[in-house]
Amino acid sequence: MHLAYPAVLAALLFCTGLYGVLARRNAILVLMSVELMLNAVNLNLVAFDVWLSKAAEETLHSGQALTLFTIAIAAAEIGIGLAIVLAVHRNRGTADIDKLRDTAEGHGTDSETDGSDSDARTAEQAAQSGRAGKAEATA
Amino acid sequence: MTLAEATATAAPATLTRAAAETHGFLSPTGVEIAFLLVGLVTFGAAIVTVTTKQLVHAALWLVVALGGLAVEYLLLTAEFIAWVQVLIYVGSVVVLLLFGLMLTKAPIGRSPDADSANRWAALVVAVAAAAALVWVVVDAFRATWIDLDGPAAGSTEATGASLFQNWVLPFEALSVLLLAALVGAIVLSRKEKPESSSPPVNSRTATGSSPSVPDSRNHPIGRKGAVEATSATGPPAQGTGSAEQEGGAR
Repeated sequence: MHLAYPAVLAALLFCTGLYGVLARRNAILVLMSVELMLNAVNLNLVAFDVWLSKAAEETLHSGQALTLFTIAIAAAEIGIGLAIVLAVHRNRGTADIDKLRDTAEGHGTDSETDGSDSDARTAEQAAQSGRAGKAEATA
Repeated sequence: MTLAEATATAAPATLTRAAAETHGFLSPTGVEIAFLLVGLVTFGAAIVTVTTKQLVHAALWLVVALGGLAVEYLLLTAEFIAWVQVLIYVGSVVVLLLFGLMLTKAPIGRSPDADSANRWAALVVAVAAAAALVWVVVDAFRATWIDLDGPAAGSTEATGASLFQNWVLPFEALSVLLLAALVGAIVLSRKEKPESSSPPVNSRTATGSSPSVPDSRNHPIGRKGAVEATSATGPPAQGTGSAEQEGGAR
């Protein structure tokens, strides 16, 4: 098999994932696109490892070992990423990454109002949870 | 005149075709044809994944794309990677993504705001990157041939031997990383109520030794003075004062 086939497919998949990361608004769809990019890299690693294991005499099978490591790290990444997205959704009520611009610069009043709004909301939530804890303790 | 022109234009075409045939791209082997077809399915599923407006359908098309990649690994004789791909990606990662979609109350039907406003800039960037990458990769590896005959390069035996002979330390470090990710995901996704309710309980038990503070809590009118008195006593009592004020904000 020509090495160009898997290499071209990996490049196309990577660029598809790149488009998804840049164009999607939902944070979970962005995570899906990141998975696509990681899988494109895995395909490259496997193809070049199969090529080198026949072309070279002695190899460490580093491509396949690295692919396994990438898969494990991707599993860890998706777990942590989903936990973060769920925490953001619980605090803000949205998983839309276009609305999470508290630390944005140069957007003037938009980010200002967003920031103050979310600050007020988190303060209110803190007060609410403190109140709930106090009610539990007194009961 | 026109016939001569036609033959003049046809001659270079046949020449390039002959040159390409000596390269071998126009006489693909069966494995290459299978790889091409499965690759088309995978690429199409990936395109639908990043462009569909139904969020759950995106996760289900991701299953098709990842399963197609598993078939590509099998065609590249990397069988262990293929089954790991099926187990971890198709089996667990997509299920995690579906759970995430459900828990964030994603809309079931078509959501018109699935794509952001900079979609065209993203499309330009992606197409430019794809053109550059494909051009470079094809130019670099046009004549490189993978020999798929003989013993499989990615059989379970070969992968296991190399993994546990040469890659033991990264393997163990990876297990520690997975444990850390597990603990981190649990800590991140736990409800925060027990953490934030514990400081008032602690401060109350700490100040419960002094009899004046519980008395003042029972009388709402005298609370303000009591709070000021306790906050004036010292830094540990200040936390109690703020907790009382938050409680009184009701």
